[in-house]
Amino acid sequence: MTEHQIHSGAGAHPAPQSPIRSNPPGPSPWQLATVERVTVETYRARTFTLHLANPSSFIAGQHYDVRLTAPDGYQAQRSYSIASAPAAGSNRIDLTVELIEDGEVSPYFHEVVQPGDALEVRGPIGGPFTWTARMGGPLFLVGGGSGIVPLRSILAQRQAVAPSVPALLLYSARSQQDIIYRDWLDGLADGDAGAAVRYSFTRQQPAGWPGYARRVDASMLKECIAEFGRLSEGDIARDPALPLCYVCGPTGFVESAADAFLSLGIPESLIRTERFGPTS
Amino acid sequence: MTTRGFFGRRRETPPRPIPPGQYLERGFPVLTAGPTQRVPLDQWSFALAGVNGEPLGEWSWEEFRSLPETEIFTDIHCVTKWSKLDTTWKGVTIDDLLVAAGVTDPAPYIMAFSYGGYTTNLPTWDVVQGRGMVAYEFDGQPIAPEHGGPARLVVPHLYFWKSAKWLRGIRFMPQDQPGFWEQYGYHMYGDPWKEQRYWGD
Repeated sequence: MTEHQIHSGAGAHPAPQSPIRSNPPGPSPWQLATVERVTVETYRARTFTLHLANPSSFIAGQHYDVRLTAPDGYQAQRSYSIASAPAAGSNRIDLTVELIEDGEVSPYFHEVVQPGDALEVRGPIGGPFTWTARMGGPLFLVGGGSGIVPLRSILAQRQAVAPSVPALLLYSARSQQDIIYRDWLDGLADGDAGAAVRYSFTRQQPAGWPGYARRVDASMLKECIAEFGRLSEGDIARDPALPLCYVCGPTGFVESAADAFLSLGIPESLIRTERFGPTS
Repeated sequence: MTTRGFFGRRRETPPRPIPPGQYLERGFPVLTAGPTQRVPLDQWSFALAGVNGEPLGEWSWEEFRSLPETEIFTDIHCVTKWSKLDTTWKGVTIDDLLVAAGVTDPAPYIMAFSYGGYTTNLPTWDVVQGRGMVAYEFDGQPIAPEHGGPARLVVPHLYFWKSAKWLRGIRFMPQDQPGFWEQYGYHMYGDPWKEQRYWGD
């Protein structure tokens, strides 16, 4: 098992549009961020609200690098996805960190970090796994485990600036207790006819659970895509059968979900992926 | 700056130095921004192109496999912070490709291009004199599709995003131009020992 770690890549597909260039490319230099708040999301996921020295301009789906330095000078760096939505002029970002028991950095976050601590960070980083309102929808977000984190940023961005874009989240988790942002997700579809959340619990289901209880497969994706007909009633800018697809999770999860999308005839140009460990 | 309460939990001490900010990885993480490409060998070809896109050489899979083979034993370093030691790659060096194509005076930069549309830029110097190869075997086995097979570029002294998966060809350029990740802010050169991860590093 490796650290929750974003693998952004040695092989990729060009995004349909050229990279977004509201800023010069590349992240900021290392800067100090102050931990403002620690939120316990689940028994092994915590969100760290960081206050940056400078306003943070980022695109939903991007990540930050964190660098820890030991007294002897030894350093460890990891990447963590931003969970919050971009907000003009805001100095705050939320990073959600999943605990990997034999990891090096995530146990530090879970066991040591508290409000008031200073952390070295740089960002934002990441290109193709991003979404802006001008890209439209429908949006089909497929998350496995802590792969939900960048999808949460995309959903929050949609809610803030483009609520008419139909969006469906398919979230595969081991059990109900493993759902990160559960309250927020439960409230997402309230009064929002264009958004829906579907769960699949792969190891343990609540009693009488009527939903999915297996790994993501092509038939599950197909059933979800069929829902875009209903979700898209108010906005038919794009063929509801051809959503923009974002898949994030462990490598095996992403490989099988991306292959399932291809088997359904979704073009590669509509499928964006982000993989993280455990490693193959 | 020392981070309060952090002492490091090094999993194991590297047998030799690894670049700054990297950790040892025993597995082989998969790194791709989209679905894995699956290129059938009978539809695979590899091309060398000149600065105006003119063809300098093209090989089918069988033709490519008849080119001289070279094996390298090396460490690899990914910009996402992992390093993997003692990897073995077999393939055709860029030197042998240039000889086969009769190219004696290549332009100073290359753009590697891949099935699926990925690109990455490198100085020609960094792929010649044994520094780069088009590999089709990893640790004695055909390279799996998720790791870039049938063939990928391997330039182990640079961050591994420069080692393009599903390689389809190499185009020479008179000037350096950013490839896929480079346009998103990743470093134009990517020396892991200088920690050239992003623009400005």
